[in-house]
Amino acid sequence: MRVLSKKNIMILAGLILTFAIVYALRNFGILTSFHEITIAMVCINIILGVSLNLITGFTGQLSLGHAGFMAIGAYVCALINMELNSTFGFILGVLAGAIIAALVGVLIGIPTLRLKGDYLAIATLGMAEIIRVIFLNLEITNGAAGLNGIPRYTNWFWLFFFTVTTVVLISNFINSSHGRACISIREDEIAAESMGINTTQYKVIAFAIGAFFAGIAGALYSSYFYFLRPEIFGFLKSIDILIIVVLGGLGSITGSVIAGILIAVLTAALQSFAALRMIIYALLLIIIMLFRPQGIMGTKEITDLLNFSKRE
Amino acid sequence: MKKSLVLFLLLAMVVSLAGCSGSGDKNGGADANEIKIGINYELTGAVASYGESSVNGILMAFDEINAAGGINGMKIVPVQFDNKSEPAEATSLATRLMTQEGVVAALGPATSGNFMATIPVAMGNKVPIISASATADKGVTVDDKGNVNEYVFRLCFNDSFQGVTMANFAFNNLNATKAVIIQDNSSDYGKGLAENFKATFEAAGGTIVAHEGYVAKDKDFNAILTSIKGKDFDVIFIPGYYQEAGLIIKQARDQGIDAPILGADGFDSPVLLELAGAEALNDVYFSNHYSSIDEDPLVKEFIKAYKEKNGVEPNAFNALGYDLGMFIADAVERAGSADPEAIKDALAETKGFVGVTGTFDMGEDHNPIKSAVVIGLENGVQATSVKVDPN
Repeated sequence: MRVLSKKNIMILAGLILTFAIVYALRNFGILTSFHEITIAMVCINIILGVSLNLITGFTGQLSLGHAGFMAIGAYVCALINMELNSTFGFILGVLAGAIIAALVGVLIGIPTLRLKGDYLAIATLGMAEIIRVIFLNLEITNGAAGLNGIPRYTNWFWLFFFTVTTVVLISNFINSSHGRACISIREDEIAAESMGINTTQYKVIAFAIGAFFAGIAGALYSSYFYFLRPEIFGFLKSIDILIIVVLGGLGSITGSVIAGILIAVLTAALQSFAALRMIIYALLLIIIMLFRPQGIMGTKEITDLLNFSKRE
Repeated sequence: MKKSLVLFLLLAMVVSLAGCSGSGDKNGGADANEIKIGINYELTGAVASYGESSVNGILMAFDEINAAGGINGMKIVPVQFDNKSEPAEATSLATRLMTQEGVVAALGPATSGNFMATIPVAMGNKVPIISASATADKGVTVDDKGNVNEYVFRLCFNDSFQGVTMANFAFNNLNATKAVIIQDNSSDYGKGLAENFKATFEAAGGTIVAHEGYVAKDKDFNAILTSIKGKDFDVIFIPGYYQEAGLIIKQARDQGIDAPILGADGFDSPVLLELAGAEALNDVYFSNHYSSIDEDPLVKEFIKAYKEKNGVEPNAFNALGYDLGMFIADAVERAGSADPEAIKDALAETKGFVGVTGTFDMGEDHNPIKSAVVIGLENGVQATSVKVDPN
């Protein structure tokens, strides 16, 4: 497969076009700072959704602790950036947050990923709670009062850059032999093991990569929204991320991207409905799930639908 | 395939709808007879009761003003959104109110954290924001470097001010000269209150004879109480929340300590009565924003009007919300225009604003210089209320 295949050139052109259009609309003042918040939430949702999809959708390990990794990324980046307050500090914070989240992912993954199904879900849930309570009680994170005055460095360029990087890296991982090993674990763990795949190792790898990108999402979040407190990363945040994955389709990166966009836009659009909005939101989710129980995309990708691969 | 097509169409519709609603209201402030004021409060989520109480008060104030002809003939139009008790949502809504809806000022959120999350938005868009109940000491109207946040105001006193209030009350009203402090070591609230009480009490000429501490969720305080029992003191100050304070009061009275016990708005909960019991709650005083037994005619009128409208007694958040609505209307009137810049200046220059929760001037640091109410309990019910001035 050539790097400059027709497919890749088309994707690259599409990406550059998207970036340029949003950039131009912003400069002409058609997109205001309110729209920008929705765009930020779109990008953060996509990163979270795609990274959890790797763990839950492709490797088949139900994790309810994604918000915990997000919290680590958010706090590490915020603390570093409040010290340095520069673009360099921001990049350093994002990377440090992601790496620490991944390390925690490995540490927690090794003992818990021996569990399956419900047991794993509960263990990961517990892990996220522990992370949250640690941040709640640390002096440096200012406890329940929260961190205030985090400088804003997240902008359209960085959001776009990290979102594209996440999607490209995770889709390449899935299409590699390691990725196929992960998918085989989802399909049948015993069969995969009998074919010589080290299932625990691959589960931990998927878990760590997922945690890494959740850390990036958290870091982007913290340097966009100025303010952090541990309650943001509670159990419900993990469920929100899981909704993106299930809605988009377990095992479809395109699905997670679409669902990530949909959820963020819906949240913004329903702001005017005050008390009714959670009902409308829930109804829409129920309707989509009734008509498409496999999620918006099922396990298909946009590239399957456009039929690139057959012509090559 | 057909099904998925329908679904995609549906999705496309939702997305385009969203786009429309996002950019629809751009003519904000165009109507010269309307003044748009943003309401960014917690109407759902963890602290929805604070938000809802505050909004009830605000809307009541706006209704009264509009019924009386508005501000200089202009009607107030509240633009109300729910921030789900989430800081990111509060940031998003503040941005929306200021850039899309064209509000001249935004009220809320109720809690310090959510309010802080909107401060950078207000500073960036140069639109004033005011909270009636964000009481955190640090990071609200003054940033970490000590600069005043120009567009940020509040009309409640901060946590540590209550320490000052209670010290003045002990010294002036109870004629106490020797005090014991039993503080909650696990919260900023407790620490701030204790520090300020101590400094003010000592400056006035009193002495702190013992300074003890506990942590949240402690149950047995007998060791602390035994150690102070033999000492000579006039009052006990307990900077903390009602769960522990209720138990301390009960155990102190059981040990025969009958000195007056003082606290702050952390005492304001029905749980205090459940834990301490009615007979222990004598000679107990705590500071609060407002008291429903206040004899002030303005307060009585507010309580009567509120009861007629909503059928229940107003709580402190209702009263603060009502004052907030009246306060912003007053500032717009004094500014004489719907320009956020002029309103900001008017807010900063406030002198002698008369509200249900007290009369105040706006201080240099955008905190009100305001009296607190000290409520005295007799057999567990509010029996006395005294206004204590800040100086």
